[in-house]
Amino acid sequence: MPETEQAQELQQIDDVLDSDYKAGFVTDIEADTFLPGLSEQTVRDISRIKGEPEFLLEWRLKAYRHWLTLETPKWAHVHYPEIDYQSISYYSSPKQNKDGPKSLDEVDPELLRTYEKLGVPLDERARLAGVAVDAVFDSVSVANTFQDKLAEDGILFMPFSKAVHQHPELIKKYLGSVVPYRDNFYAALNSAVFSDGSFVYIPKGTRCPMELSTYFRINAANTGQFERTLIIADDDAYVSYLEGCTAPMRDENQLHAAVVELVAHDRAEIKYSTVQNWYPGDKNGVGGIFNFVTKRAACRGESSKVSWTQVETGSAITWKYPSIILQGDNSVGEFYSIAVTNNMQQADTGTKMIHLGKNTSSTIIAKGISAGRSQNSYRGLVRIGANAENARNHTECDSLLMGDQCGAHTFPYIEVKNPTAQIEHEASTSKISEDQLFYCKQRGLDVEDAVSMIVNGFCKQVMRQLPMEFAVEAQNLLGLSLEGSVG
Amino acid sequence: MLEIKNLHASIDGKEILRGINLTVNAGEVHAIMGPNGSGKSTLSNVIAGRDGYEITQGTVTYKGENLLQLKAEERAQRGVFLAFQYPVEIPGVSNIYLLKAALNAVRKYQGLDDLDAIDFLTLVRSKLELVKMDEEFLHRGVNEGFSGGEKKRNEILQMALLEPSLAILDETDSGLDIDALKTVSDGVNALRSSDRSIVMITHYQRLLDYIVPDFVHVLSEGQIVKTGGKELALELEAKGYSWVNKNA
Repeated sequence: MPETEQAQELQQIDDVLDSDYKAGFVTDIEADTFLPGLSEQTVRDISRIKGEPEFLLEWRLKAYRHWLTLETPKWAHVHYPEIDYQSISYYSSPKQNKDGPKSLDEVDPELLRTYEKLGVPLDERARLAGVAVDAVFDSVSVANTFQDKLAEDGILFMPFSKAVHQHPELIKKYLGSVVPYRDNFYAALNSAVFSDGSFVYIPKGTRCPMELSTYFRINAANTGQFERTLIIADDDAYVSYLEGCTAPMRDENQLHAAVVELVAHDRAEIKYSTVQNWYPGDKNGVGGIFNFVTKRAACRGESSKVSWTQVETGSAITWKYPSIILQGDNSVGEFYSIAVTNNMQQADTGTKMIHLGKNTSSTIIAKGISAGRSQNSYRGLVRIGANAENARNHTECDSLLMGDQCGAHTFPYIEVKNPTAQIEHEASTSKISEDQLFYCKQRGLDVEDAVSMIVNGFCKQVMRQLPMEFAVEAQNLLGLSLEGSVG
Repeated sequence: MLEIKNLHASIDGKEILRGINLTVNAGEVHAIMGPNGSGKSTLSNVIAGRDGYEITQGTVTYKGENLLQLKAEERAQRGVFLAFQYPVEIPGVSNIYLLKAALNAVRKYQGLDDLDAIDFLTLVRSKLELVKMDEEFLHRGVNEGFSGGEKKRNEILQMALLEPSLAILDETDSGLDIDALKTVSDGVNALRSSDRSIVMITHYQRLLDYIVPDFVHVLSEGQIVKTGGKELALELEAKGYSWVNKNA
């Protein structure tokens, strides 16, 4: 290809990639926000404002003291300036009734409009009948739909802070049981200062009749979001859970450090899907969310199953490895991932499959798409324990490059301590070719539709794992994230 | 339909087309023959609007419009269709998805609404018969793992669906066995009509036994050096391309 044409094509790629971030608006709402700064007092204040029981405050304080002894992990393939943890506010809550809204009528209409604008109407009548929503705005849950209906089946779906009061025994039993506060730097920080999140409990033998979803929104400036999600599926239970995230466009970076813990008992199944669209920063890498998240599932029971499906298009930096500990015999773990990076975004994401039980199997399908000057890394660990007879893993990592200034990296780690294991690893790297684009254009498609179609084809294996309502949103998002990227 | 005047085009500063003159009226079938390197594929790429070619002189007019100032997709939407010599694979994108997107892009330009799923399927099924393809084809990835013959039939399927005004068939016969060549030719012949023009680019006379052209042009070193009726192709076959060059 001649140089001028190549330059032209790259320019077109850039143009497709520079789309507007549609969720970048700010909601003007009165909020109670802590002054920036982190100390033992901050931790006590968060716990006090939530009226938490003593055991939880103690746990937070242990986490905080442990965090003080830790250093920021440096092993990921991402670069960013040192975060000043004293310049962040650790709590921000829109002003509302002391006990929180009892029904949607009491929710500030400005908040309802915010979610409406994001395409997440909270009015139960306006919702698709099959989805229940918990809406987390900065540090608190502001609305939670279909709770009563779900409660008829004994299903608990509520803000974490409410579960602490209503079901302390479950919190005590499960909190930190999959991701202990000692796990890593960000998990320790989250354990100390987490403010809200979602709690789900599906009782024995119950199939949750609708999709449960949490929509996370960061609004306040200079505020970190530290949510905590805990999902427990008791014996023979099933739940599908969706998570969406957005934030306003701001010039400064904002920290998001969440922890998600999933527990699947005997024959239970949890399907967890994420569409992460945090503000990625501008073209030159100014602003954007630092997304340092610890997600882990324990397949505790025999024949239990957990699937993580993630579509990661946002954040300036993504550091995230949704993992599965396959303890129960015959348990199954799946990880399906699409990570898109554009402009100056950096993503280091992947999974860990820890096989402990017999006949456990895991599947990893990771699709990375890099454009602009971004860096996109897959990092995955497959560990087969000494007692994990006949464990199987199949891994596929595919990278798609757009333009010649981005990077795609693969860091697979495989540790096998049992000789009966069967492990497969496939990896590929490709580029959207000029031939493919011309072919689509010659059939009447414009560049953006062509890129979106080719990328969606590349991601098909992962896309079809998403629940229907989410798949459409994810498809559009893929197109938008790469708008301006190819010619 | 198509009028090319004194067209000069180069790639990387190297002149490939050196003054092409060609007029194609509605309903006509033209064959452009020539040895390797004569500029056949460049000509089809320039008409279809592929990037990377520099037009240094001349004009290309299509239905009274200056074709050269339109983007490739705009030309396609206006009814210019190129059947590719090497149709590219697009993994994971189902054939039916591309067909639908292509048809709706053309319809949008024509001010028509998208076809709904049922009407679309009915339409595609009727076109499948034309190229003797199974419905199963629709759900495979675009050209993914297709044999050479399947790829070429898929191109004709797209042509049948999009109903272009001007179809350029770039070496549609290459890599086909006799049976496949016959199927593809039958498909093209069925698409001949008084309001559609077809330009066939080919190296061999063989294709012209199946799709009989109104005119045959011989391209050599970037120029059309000889024009005649269908019998010109036979003469070429017998005497070789060197015969034309000598006579040019």
